[in-house]
Amino acid sequence: MKSKIVLFFTIIACFLLQSTLIHTIAIGSITPNLLLILCVSMGLMRGRKSGMWTGFFCGVLTDLFFGSVLGFYAMVYMFAGFLSGYTYRIYYDDDLKVPMLLTAVMDLFYNLAVYGLQFLLRGRLGLFTYLYRIIIPEIVYTVFLTVIVYRIFYQINHRFMNPVRKESESIWVLK
Amino acid sequence: MKNLKKKFRFRIHLKSKHLLVIMTFFCVSAIIATLASGVSSTPVKEIAGMIVVPFEKSIAAIGSWLTDMNQTFREKEELIAQNKELQSAVDSLTEQNNILIQDQAELARLEELYELNEEYSDYPKVAARIIAKDPGNWYDTFMINRGSNDGIRVNNNVIAGKGLVGIVTEVGSTWATVRSIIDDSSNVSAMTVSTDDTCVIEGDLELIDEGKLRFSQLYDREDKVSVGERIVTSNISEKYVEGLFIGYVSAIELDTNNLTKTGTIVTPVDFQHLKDVFVITVNKEDAIQGGAES
Repeated sequence: MKSKIVLFFTIIACFLLQSTLIHTIAIGSITPNLLLILCVSMGLMRGRKSGMWTGFFCGVLTDLFFGSVLGFYAMVYMFAGFLSGYTYRIYYDDDLKVPMLLTAVMDLFYNLAVYGLQFLLRGRLGLFTYLYRIIIPEIVYTVFLTVIVYRIFYQINHRFMNPVRKESESIWVLK
Repeated sequence: MKNLKKKFRFRIHLKSKHLLVIMTFFCVSAIIATLASGVSSTPVKEIAGMIVVPFEKSIAAIGSWLTDMNQTFREKEELIAQNKELQSAVDSLTEQNNILIQDQAELARLEELYELNEEYSDYPKVAARIIAKDPGNWYDTFMINRGSNDGIRVNNNVIAGKGLVGIVTEVGSTWATVRSIIDDSSNVSAMTVSTDDTCVIEGDLELIDEGKLRFSQLYDREDKVSVGERIVTSNISEKYVEGLFIGYVSAIELDTNNLTKTGTIVTPVDFQHLKDVFVITVNKEDAIQGGAES
């Protein structure tokens, strides 16, 4: 229960930061994706289910205030959290390289999903323009922010949240 | 006992997968519901707004307070140096003032010509401050600190000092979200000032860096529209009130069909550093109905 409350407030705080303060550190109008870092970190540190719920609520908040359709970002963030949850048992969460790589992959997935489902379907074909202009800069910036922010999420997880039973989420148990 | 434990684990393991499938269905049905049947999520938005908006407002307030503080300090240092400069500037300004008075007379004449001045000041306006921006990089929407309590409704037009900024898409009691005209999904029906030819202004993410918008379907057979032409919102637009200034034509070319023209326009609004906007609290429908009554 305690970890759920902490998670709730972390999500709200990240959403607030993302929609207000992050814009002041934007480089070339590109902002890093703090919400995605949160989803990936929670997936990596607490498993698939936590990653999924974190992603879902981050996405719902984005949808409610800035989305054109309700449920789109919720789904994309949810899958990002869920997929990064697969690394939960394989890697230790105190190494910085794993979340960095994972964030890069998930940011690529997230941006391609947004492009594929919302821009390509409206006939915007210039994938490479978007790739150079938005996707790659955002990935680089997000990975850079991961280096700073992951430590904070790590401390939040270990100090304020209950430890998760590792076995229950493991994909190796049944094999 | 061992069996039971295994069973328990098995259940939990399945659950996370099943949960994903269930939530995916939930999301997909929410998308379909909002897209197809227009189910409104306003009550949920209202509740979420009650939690989030006060914080956003205070963060925005603190941000502007810090900027003000920073400016005060900077000003103090520069004040002495500036004083000297200002003295010398007074002379040249006096001279410029004379020119400006002439310009003003010309401006008044031009405004009379376009009848823009009257229409702009005729619309009731509400000043608002931007408190949050779209978290992603793909779209260009933002949130303002006024809502239905201040008389803002969906489809209200938003302007900044120099021109059209966007349109209100969602409204809560103390907040509203605005989709700007440079957003990739934005379309505005517009017309040229000199010839009254209509065209469609589309936001384009590929042009956003240059501060430009794309226009298309301009029917201009006699080649009267040239670079520098003023573009305003058209009289046939359903959502935008007539005569709001959008920008100047910066490039124009004939389409392959030899009938219509496309090109780019430059907007005078600095979307990167937008802070304060005005919301016109009259919708196009009201304007039409009001005109019919009187």
